[in-house]
Amino acid sequence: MTRTMISAPETARAGDVVEIKAMIAHPMETGYRVDATGKPIPRNIINRFECTYDGEVVFAADLHPAISANPFIAFSTIATRSGPISFTWTDDEGKTETASVEIQVE
Amino acid sequence: MRGWLSLLAIGLLLAAADSNAIEEQPKLSGLEFVSPETRSLQADDASNPGMLWVLRGEQLWQEPAGRSQASCASCHGEARQSMRGVALRYPAFDAGAGQPIDLKGRINRCRTDNQDAPALEHESEELLALTTYVAHQSRGMSVPPVEDERLRSVIEQGESLFRERIGQLDLSCAACHDDRWGQRLGSSPIPQAHPTAYPLYRLEWQTVGSLQRRLRNCMIGVRAEPFAYGSPEFIALELYLMQRAEGLPVETPGVRP
Amino acid sequence: MADHELEPRLQSMPLLNRRELMAGAAGLVLVSVARPAQARPALAEALRAFSGGAEIRPGKVTFEIPPLVENGNAVGVTITVDRPMSASDHVRRIAMFNEKNPQADVAVFQLGPRAGRAKVQTRIRLADSQMVVAVAELSDGSFWSSEAKVFVTLAACVEDLS
Repeated sequence: MTRTMISAPETARAGDVVEIKAMIAHPMETGYRVDATGKPIPRNIINRFECTYDGEVVFAADLHPAISANPFIAFSTIATRSGPISFTWTDDEGKTETASVEIQVE
Repeated sequence: MRGWLSLLAIGLLLAAADSNAIEEQPKLSGLEFVSPETRSLQADDASNPGMLWVLRGEQLWQEPAGRSQASCASCHGEARQSMRGVALRYPAFDAGAGQPIDLKGRINRCRTDNQDAPALEHESEELLALTTYVAHQSRGMSVPPVEDERLRSVIEQGESLFRERIGQLDLSCAACHDDRWGQRLGSSPIPQAHPTAYPLYRLEWQTVGSLQRRLRNCMIGVRAEPFAYGSPEFIALELYLMQRAEGLPVETPGVRP
Repeated sequence: MADHELEPRLQSMPLLNRRELMAGAAGLVLVSVARPAQARPALAEALRAFSGGAEIRPGKVTFEIPPLVENGNAVGVTITVDRPMSASDHVRRIAMFNEKNPQADVAVFQLGPRAGRAKVQTRIRLADSQMVVAVAELSDGSFWSSEAKVFVTLAACVEDLS
């Protein structure tokens, strides 16, 4: 089930700086809220995001509860060679979501 | 920034000069009353969080459900073609039930009658995702006039609900959204209350929600007992709001503060 | 942000109601006493933990955040650092901190020469009007920062009134 959205160019020239936007559906529950019965809702946030491309983690983020629900992160990387750009998000429950897009580099 | 502020200023003048029904005033989407930041959030699909629900809806469209093991796509094919313009016709008269039905009611009817699957709960992720996905297929299309004569009396009922003063604050929808749009309630500008961006992503909710959820917020705001989800009163209000918004384009998924 | 910059900003917001103006006035007092070095413990500690005690100097970091937001649940931020992103001169990390949320940490982004450009965008939560700080760690081990004051307005007709 796709819960993620990636925006990245399909093609680029080697050396181009390409912009990547990544978004995932996640409540980013802060741990500071209570439910309708007054019971605390346990914290569950995406705490780690990584982008791997051409054999290396090119961008990563450690996130805290101050990041908005359905986290959105935009960053850039230099186009080096054709292949997948992969993304992973990990939450407090240890669940991991992954996504991948192909880029064609000329 | 200056653009929308001066627009608001014009709105204030208009509202002061003429407190007649919305039909005689320029129709403005709620988008005209939000900050440039919120507006650009809606404008870029790659950063509009509502698009996550469109995406989810697209998957659900293909998923077999119920004892029929049929998916929405089994009957309706490509939503891009088959659902284009459909949201503009809702709420519509449902001949089988002899009463009007809104878009999410229609989706649930399809589930129970055709897919032989249990109805999805109001405000559930699945129902919101499917409704957002279907409404999204009409994005950019303008709301047409309502032509079905069987809906006349329902529109009238919706209009009287819109004008009826309710709650401990003794306010009607019209008192704010016809008579005082463009002015401020606390720090928030009062919009004209058009339903054309729903289901939409509200920053306050941190999620996508339905028009009925918003209407319930309004009713709670004036300290009235909100109508139940799916009640005939809400369908009538939705229908009145839809014909009141005639000519405005659908924005689903909208983004609002 | 220098204190004198706040005044014209306040004057340019005629639409604020009295409540926000009061919050704004309180913010003004805080800004005038709060520098990263002497800020309230949580923020100072978070900054110190990030820099490992190294000095954090103002500059080189551009922090774009709207001065007035309609809802603190999703405030768009863009952080840009003026570096070439070469192997010998680049940004290693960019971090963001806040003054008044329950926790001072917001996010830490890891970059490198392969980023090509030292620019990060995200959306953050701000529980109240407050100061937000962005800090960049460069490849030479130095730390640079930029601060911004954000006013969060309160919406009418919110969902939970009970």
